[in-house]
Amino acid sequence: MVDPEPARLPRLNGTSTEAIAMSAQPLTFASHIHHVHHAARGEAPWVRWSLIAIALLFLALFLLMPLALVFVQAFAKGWETYVSALADPMALAAIELTLLVTLIAVPLNTVFGVAAAWAIAKFEFPGKNLLTTLIDLPFSVSPVVSGLIYVLLFGMQGWLGPWLHEHDIKLIFAVPGIVLATLFVTVPFVARELIPLMQAQGNDEEEAALVLGASGWQTFRHVTLPNIRWGLLYGVILCNARAMGEFGAVSVVSGHIRGATNTIPLHVEILYNEYNSAAAFAVASLLAMLALVTLALKSVLEWRLARQIDAAKDEE
Amino acid sequence: MSIEIRNITKSFGSFQALKGIDLTIGSGELVALLGPSGCGKTTLLRIIAGLEAADSGQILFHGEDTTHRHVRERRVGFVFQHYALFRHMSVFENVAFGLRVRPRGQRPPEAEIRRRVQELLELVQLDWLADRHPGQLSGGQRQRIALARALAVEPKVLLLDEPFGALDAKVRKDLRRWLRRLHDGLHITSVFVTHDQEEALEVADRVVVLNAGQIEQVGSADEVYDHPATPFVCQFIGDVNLFHGRVHGGRALIGETVIELPDIAESDTEQALFFARPHEIEIGGDGAGIVAVVRDIRRRGNAVRVELERKDGRGAVEAELSREAFGRHAIKHGDEVVIQPSKIRVFQP
Amino acid sequence: MYKSPDKLPLDHGLPESNEHMRTYRQHGVLPGFPLALGFTLLYLSLIVLVPLSATFLKSATLGWSGFFEAVTTPRVLASYKLTFGAALAAAAINAVMGLLVAWVLVRYEFPGRKLADALVDLPFALPTAVAGIALATLYSSKGWIGQFAAQAGFKIAFTPLGVTIALTFIGLPFVVRTVQPILEDLERELEEAAASLGATRWQTFLKVILPTISPALMTGFALAFARGVGEYGSVIFIAGNIPLVSEITPLLIITKLEQYDYAGATALAVSMLLVSFTLLLAINLLQWWTRNRRGSRV
Repeated sequence: MVDPEPARLPRLNGTSTEAIAMSAQPLTFASHIHHVHHAARGEAPWVRWSLIAIALLFLALFLLMPLALVFVQAFAKGWETYVSALADPMALAAIELTLLVTLIAVPLNTVFGVAAAWAIAKFEFPGKNLLTTLIDLPFSVSPVVSGLIYVLLFGMQGWLGPWLHEHDIKLIFAVPGIVLATLFVTVPFVARELIPLMQAQGNDEEEAALVLGASGWQTFRHVTLPNIRWGLLYGVILCNARAMGEFGAVSVVSGHIRGATNTIPLHVEILYNEYNSAAAFAVASLLAMLALVTLALKSVLEWRLARQIDAAKDEE
Repeated sequence: MSIEIRNITKSFGSFQALKGIDLTIGSGELVALLGPSGCGKTTLLRIIAGLEAADSGQILFHGEDTTHRHVRERRVGFVFQHYALFRHMSVFENVAFGLRVRPRGQRPPEAEIRRRVQELLELVQLDWLADRHPGQLSGGQRQRIALARALAVEPKVLLLDEPFGALDAKVRKDLRRWLRRLHDGLHITSVFVTHDQEEALEVADRVVVLNAGQIEQVGSADEVYDHPATPFVCQFIGDVNLFHGRVHGGRALIGETVIELPDIAESDTEQALFFARPHEIEIGGDGAGIVAVVRDIRRRGNAVRVELERKDGRGAVEAELSREAFGRHAIKHGDEVVIQPSKIRVFQP
Repeated sequence: MYKSPDKLPLDHGLPESNEHMRTYRQHGVLPGFPLALGFTLLYLSLIVLVPLSATFLKSATLGWSGFFEAVTTPRVLASYKLTFGAALAAAAINAVMGLLVAWVLVRYEFPGRKLADALVDLPFALPTAVAGIALATLYSSKGWIGQFAAQAGFKIAFTPLGVTIALTFIGLPFVVRTVQPILEDLERELEEAAASLGATRWQTFLKVILPTISPALMTGFALAFARGVGEYGSVIFIAGNIPLVSEITPLLIITKLEQYDYAGATALAVSMLLVSFTLLLAINLLQWWTRNRRGSRV
């Protein structure tokens, strides 16, 4: 399919501001057409507006209010309390630990995701569906159980605990345990974004590169990677958000040692349970901002990704 | 560079895609692999390219065994059915790709790459599109860029998988003539896959008809059309009428009808298949013939197609007459006429 | 073409054999399969499969009666009732409200639509602990919403109702994001056909639209339910964790762990894993059904 040329859109489409917005986003152009059609199967205006009102009210009540409350509470006792809550050494230690854990977990799961997607999307082998299900498995396990399984494996009461203790290796109630639990809960993110994308794109371009004399690495680097970059980034961003924000699984393996094994969410919990609400929400606002950035990036990337998948389908 | 294919077999799971293919393609030849979908033609092409490994058999390029050589080292140009252009690269970079990925020592200098790409883009008459991305091109343009990209590595063999399959009818016709001319200019050994018999007959020096993983016939366009070797080829290439009957004493017996077989000295057999093309069906001959009723008359340019139904209930027959002949006979809908094949091919199972 | 009724057994365009070839063809020449698959299997085994299996093995050491006893004490049973009950209620609320939200987002144009669409993913992106303390504060008897409930004479925080609200928050995107693409793909002609045959809008919705999207809706319901059953962070603050009243199963696991009751924690964890896997199976079947439905329309 030939993309509509941006320069020609204004002529196709009435008002100029609209046209500018559309030249940047050919997709909205399509969805615009879509909405025109809806008139043919629409509801009466009063039904339409009532439904919109109910939906928006629900979203405001259930989603927007909690989000707004975080920021209101964070600044309830003024800017200084806010800053001091963040500058607290324990808070800084928690931030540092969270960054460290994320810096280990996200790259590892990214490499895993790319490898898994390469194997699953580009090749046929028996047990492929089972493998795809297994990759998604951590999503259906309760976070608490995700932490517990490592305690049962590496803790003092666990299978390997006594041996680890003898050799003076501490995994549980220490940083390695937190990394493991985070790895577990974020395993599927990158893989599940890449598998459908790479499947939609097929193998033709890689084969073309090989016929033209490219090596396996050159093919991956110059053909596959540019084609999956938005999907990859999308997966990484979701993986990152979860890795930084994971609570249940980390809570089980952390041991809650202040300044040593507390991540940001755990620090929030402690502050809240000590009735230090302003500080709790101040630290929580960091995570809420992370969520907002994630949502913003997600929206942008989803649009790009939709284009990439559409392009892949067009060429089929 | 000649290509020799020796006893190639290939299965996908329990499905036998190729059942022992032997074929030799001469240097500089343009050969079509023709057959219905699922006949194994694309698989054969991919095995020649090295994109697929055969279960057994050999592929020889210029007498040299390349069966186990990696696709990277075979120096073939491959044009994919859906072009497989690198969508994130410009047209220029697509064509330059094969040169840029060469090991440092063999890579031409940048100026040389530019010159070569420019030359190829001129060859496919699309040099003005060098900075576009594949998404901005029409299907026909994409196809020509894919061809330029394949030629950039100076392949010894050019392989094209359904090169015009995804294009609309008009572009198809233009492009296949253009490909023929290009081939006549370059003289590179070329093999293309198609399911369109018209395309194969028009473009190729030789046509290889494949069915169910086996070669049915190899020959020039005239050979496969005029002298089909098997019932399959007869039916697959061009329109044809099929009659069931038997051969007895040099005559064809179709139902109650007896037709002399003047040129053919067939031995007697209880079961035979007779084929006649629509233009070989004569209407209104006197005496012996098959009685049929005119069901439909359609004009097609200078020819007239008459659809008839046999009185003995053994199906329909299609005849093609010239306008003059049609005028002479004055046939109209519902008429009962006698038809007789002027030429008939006999296959005995 | 000839039109003889007795046709030759020709191999004309067999779609199934063609598809067959496409799937198998991918064995081709692309490099890196052993490495990619090997790494995938090794990594998955180390991070996911071995620890999970170890947990099942551990529970086996309890013996059947020990296991059964551990997962059926009154406190555990009360936690099941709360966890499953609240998850079910929340999933049901989300099935209705999520469908409504998805419908509005797909079908209507209104100011702020894009923003509302992006907001739907908030529960995915907001760390559960943050959601947890925000909801607990919001619905406490002095909170923005809780005060009205207090005036009306009932409590939300520290009750099963609070748990349900937290699980509704966490489950909403599952329904919306599962139903949305199906609604977008819905053929306009279906509704127009129904309308041309004299159906009212409501009849069209009930008899044409709802049956078409019901597999997706059920998938979304199941996903929200599965997530709700295992949810921890967003629930514990609002739940108040009063044994027998507002104590969810995941929290009970942690409580047992803190009391060094490893056997009890393991048994509970295994019972939850079994539920998770059953739900996962159900969801896979539902998704397979959804895909089939979608596929058969094309």
